Amino acid sequence: MTASIEWQGPHCPAPLRDYPHVVLGHGGGGRLSTELIEQVFLAAYGDKQTLLGDSTPLTLPSQRIAVSTDSFVVRPLFFPGGSIGDLAINGTVNDLAMSGAQPFCLTAGFILEEGLPIEHLVRIVEDMARAARAAGVRIVAGDTKVVERGHGDGCYINTTGIGMLPADRQISINRAQAGDRVLVSGTLGDHSMAIMSVREGLEFESAIRSDTASVCELVHQLIAACPGVRALRDPTRGGLAATLNEIAEASRCGIELDEQAIPVNEVVRSACEFLGLDPLQAANEGKFVAIVPADEADQALATLRAHPLGQFAAIIGQVIKDDHHLVVARTAMGAHRIVPKPLGEQLPRIC
Amino acid sequence: MKYLDEFRNGDQAKTLVARIAGLVTRPWAIMEVCGGQTHSLIRNAIDQILPPEIEMIHGPGCPVCVTPLNMIDKALEIAARPDVIFCSFGDMLRVPGSRADLLRVKAAGGDVRVVYSPLDALKLARENPGREVVFLAIGFETTAPANAMAIKLAKQQGLKNFSALVSHVLVPPAIDAIMNSSGNRVQAFLAAGHVCSVMGFLQYHPLVQRYKIPIVVTGFEPLDLLDGIRRTVQQLEKGEAFVENAYSRVVTEVGNTVAQVAIEEVFQVTDRGWRGIGVIPYSGWSLRDAYCDFDAEKRFNVAHVETEEPAQCRAGEVLKGAIKPHECQAFGKACTPRTPLGATMVSGEGACAAYYNYGRYVQITKVAHT
Repeated sequence: MTASIEWQGPHCPAPLRDYPHVVLGHGGGGRLSTELIEQVFLAAYGDKQTLLGDSTPLTLPSQRIAVSTDSFVVRPLFFPGGSIGDLAINGTVNDLAMSGAQPFCLTAGFILEEGLPIEHLVRIVEDMARAARAAGVRIVAGDTKVVERGHGDGCYINTTGIGMLPADRQISINRAQAGDRVLVSGTLGDHSMAIMSVREGLEFESAIRSDTASVCELVHQLIAACPGVRALRDPTRGGLAATLNEIAEASRCGIELDEQAIPVNEVVRSACEFLGLDPLQAANEGKFVAIVPADEADQALATLRAHPLGQFAAIIGQVIKDDHHLVVARTAMGAHRIVPKPLGEQLPRIC
Repeated sequence: MKYLDEFRNGDQAKTLVARIAGLVTRPWAIMEVCGGQTHSLIRNAIDQILPPEIEMIHGPGCPVCVTPLNMIDKALEIAARPDVIFCSFGDMLRVPGSRADLLRVKAAGGDVRVVYSPLDALKLARENPGREVVFLAIGFETTAPANAMAIKLAKQQGLKNFSALVSHVLVPPAIDAIMNSSGNRVQAFLAAGHVCSVMGFLQYHPLVQRYKIPIVVTGFEPLDLLDGIRRTVQQLEKGEAFVENAYSRVVTEVGNTVAQVAIEEVFQVTDRGWRGIGVIPYSGWSLRDAYCDFDAEKRFNVAHVETEEPAQCRAGEVLKGAIKPHECQAFGKACTPRTPLGATMVSGEGACAAYYNYGRYVQITKVAHT
């Protein structure tokens, strides 16, 4: 990996390859900082003119915009199916897409821990560049700070994104109405279990891969096919359970799920089973929930399933009138239980 | 999932419920001993589809819930020491001690780690020879074999920096205590399948003879539970009382003898305090003298820690089946999963948390359908 960033310029007395690890000086604003920016970030993003200024002038193609910011602190930094770099792009891009916006540009701020192998940083930045290209967004500003060893977890990333929003687009989690259908764009819990499978102390062998992906294209195909889409939300932390409770509260309605219709990959189900975790509370990084009017539900499902990222999409329930704003699930036994909003992080059970 | 989905079939569940309804002629109160069974009953909403004559009383079989408060306080005191790496199963982290919980000790700087197996704690001890690694060895007969093996291995490998804070509890003495408690309403028990997979079910014959109550060894999946309930109701209606195995794909009469030998070598029977219930004679395991070097209570000199339960918390009555969780004044008000007064509100297997999370206190039937 390091070979690909070897720098051939004339004025660098200490090429980056002499520093196999991030040192405090890489965040000091001096020559080391410049080297890091040029050899790692610009090499991947390839936008020297834009990125070297103190700020970046932008001409936006529309007046109405959506803004979203997110910070990424995942451990480990690399996991089956992706890295913190993929998450940092896809997470913010997907948040923009959930309001129906077309992502336009992003900023990226890094907090690096002294000692992080440069090779790891290069991989992360290359993953970011690739994910940004796939999502059709430019990275237009960035920042790097370095903290002392022991004061960070290798690498933290913050990304802030701007998306273009058509003047008439009204997609919001407070617009669900009784009778609407609830769809998910694919299987749940893949990201959470992929992380679990490689987390220190809990390692288990599995074929589970994170679902990290930009869902922008899929969302815009959905909106084009079903202009009545009321609400979109990506079930990241807290999973489907948190997302649906947020929609129910914001829209002052209830949601009734058919538990058996909720798509969960077989291996993910098994992993959740033996770890004592609930796939409905597990995080996803490339999925979304869509609330659509009943008469557009079949069209929505067909549109989602026609796209590779939506092939396992399903109609999982409906919006109902309920003064308690509860999310309930009809179990295989034919009775109902409440699907609560998770308290915090799920804790693996004793037995 | 093979071997699981077969036991979650909704149509077969309805058939079993119909068979139970065909047997029942009057009200019966049945206790499922194990918290895992409580969780499954409520999560699958099985309690709602049973005939109204069948009342399921949720027993004391959640190891997190019954671990005594002073043991939690001892754990907190040890975990806060800078020289200690404190290892615990995940769901113990949020259990309230008298002043904090392990998550807060961790936030304040304690090195608290979640492990899946006591062997992971042993590994940490080998990797960190300069630090004391303490494992919180709690649970019923189910977790005891692995804990015993870990302690045995620590001795074999001469690991000087490993110790265990032991608070194991046993099911048969708890059944005995419940049958002897004043106001007991339990007429039959579903014995915990996984406990029996280790210990077998020979220990239950004397209880059946003494109290003339059916005890049915039962699994955890919906069909397992319904079949256990069906067999229990059948015995009750016929006026019979014997030990019956409704979980024969996992449990044999003698159990896992290899595991029993390991337990016997490392642990000895002792009187044990149960959170919310009090001391039950001969109801726990502690380390034998041969393994006392691995006793964290002695190593860290915390035997003096004695504490009281919050007066408001009625978890003890819940654990004995005297009241349902929502009948406690504090339920859902002073006591929620965010601010638990007792451990039954913390663990996923705790009856109070199961009621709170899955909403037995709200009339779901009132949810208006469109």
